[in-house]
Amino acid sequence: MHPAPSVIIFTTLSGLGFGLLLFLGLGLPDVSGWVAFVFFAIAYALSVGGLMASTFHLGHPERAWKAFTQWKTSWLSREGWCAVIALIVMGLYAIGVIFLGQRWSLLGWIGALFSLLTVFTTSMIYTQLKTIPRWNMNLTPAMFLSFSLAGGALLAGQVRVALPLLLIAALVQILYWKKGDKALEESGTNLGTATGLGDRGTVRAFEPPHTGTNYLLREFVHVVGRKHAEKLRIISFALAFVLPVILLLLPFGHFFALLAVLSHLAGVATSRWLFFAQAEHVVGLYYGKR
Amino acid sequence: MTQLPTSTDRKMGLVIDLDTCVGCHACVISCKGWNTENYGAPLSDQDAYGANPSGTFLNRVHSYEVQPAEGHAQLIHFPKSCLHCEDAPCVTVCPTGASYKRVEDGIVLVNESDCIGCGLCAWSCPYGARELDQAEGVMKKCTLCVDRIYNENLPEVDRVPSCVRTCPAGARHFGDLGDADSDVSKLVAERGGMDLMPEMGTKPVNKYLPPRPKDNVEDQIDILAPLLAPVAEEPKGFLGWLDKTLEKL
Repeated sequence: MHPAPSVIIFTTLSGLGFGLLLFLGLGLPDVSGWVAFVFFAIAYALSVGGLMASTFHLGHPERAWKAFTQWKTSWLSREGWCAVIALIVMGLYAIGVIFLGQRWSLLGWIGALFSLLTVFTTSMIYTQLKTIPRWNMNLTPAMFLSFSLAGGALLAGQVRVALPLLLIAALVQILYWKKGDKALEESGTNLGTATGLGDRGTVRAFEPPHTGTNYLLREFVHVVGRKHAEKLRIISFALAFVLPVILLLLPFGHFFALLAVLSHLAGVATSRWLFFAQAEHVVGLYYGKR
Repeated sequence: MTQLPTSTDRKMGLVIDLDTCVGCHACVISCKGWNTENYGAPLSDQDAYGANPSGTFLNRVHSYEVQPAEGHAQLIHFPKSCLHCEDAPCVTVCPTGASYKRVEDGIVLVNESDCIGCGLCAWSCPYGARELDQAEGVMKKCTLCVDRIYNENLPEVDRVPSCVRTCPAGARHFGDLGDADSDVSKLVAERGGMDLMPEMGTKPVNKYLPPRPKDNVEDQIDILAPLLAPVAEEPKGFLGWLDKTLEKL
């Protein structure tokens, strides 16, 4: 898949932002006034900024509101609803915490739940696609959710929660890569089933339909980034998990905490880039590519 | 609405004969010609006369080589367009309701004024049947020439999809695949029509007729062949000396 910057920015930032909102909704950390304002400002900047970025790749962003209509079938529509509900509920909760010195915990719980649901619905947009076996696995929502929770805990300064959550996310990441590498092969889809000619012999793409490229190849057959995938995996893993865990184990300081957050953010963004760049869409098979 | 109908009155679709297709791409051209100036936004091209041309097409013809375990390889031309699936994943993923499947004839269409161009339907299609038009920012796909097949302003012979009307080899057939007595259904039954990527669970309406088995090509193709065999295996004289000398170098 073509790793569109808008989608990578969106899933990385909003995952982190909604993760932070979740912890704020649970009252972790239990802050009020200006400190709370700063926490909520960061959470909203990340989640809303991410959502805004996601509209950049639309052909017609001015019609984006129509995406709220098909929640019965479409995960993308459900994601829109969950995000809006989470942001409104958490906004009301934030007003109480920041300006009124009130912690309406029920509102916080509801906001936290919808923040989590937003990340889940985002992950389901990818998970539902049978056409991309590497995404069509239970580990995809597990990865999105564990990343969001770990990042949220890290941003919320919840060191004791963040450590185990980072370790869980790291484990999920390794499992995801391991299983994902075999996903296309195990899906049973190949040029033989794609053309229906597989039982007659070995099928080879002899001539493409056009000498030039097209939308399908640009969107679905991105092979450039895969060259350094192994190295990028190591970099991503070190930045997202290893370095933050080491920094958290050191005596707590705001500088180390900031470093841990930035390192985690860079690592998750790299992992998300690989999530797209390494995803093989079965339509590539028709072009003799993957 | 992006909820799929539980059943459609008819299942209009194409039957493509891989045995007959000669790979001339006439269907590609006629499809682009008809659909760029009729239903919906035109099918744009980018850098059409430049170094890196590309454009929107609703139908593309691939060519594949099939090498059996024994015998000669076979070349198969393979036109591919929307298969108007019964269980179309492109319809249910659409967040705006722009994509829909018609109850009356099963045709999968895009309402372009509702399309936000998110591209998710193209992501969900295993066949690459949907292409986002780069000029218009909306999703384009085969309409089964919905503006021809019911068009009473056209002579009756023309009330078929443009690709079917154009095919000089008669490799494309159009009809109701939901009616077991229709010509296309009989053709599918007789020739063992197949689905593409059945494991995807999309239940395509369009069917492909597999190529018929080829005659065996015998080793001796012509009684004159022995006379055409090269006479001098080893070069002699000057050429022989040249050959040996060059070999030594």
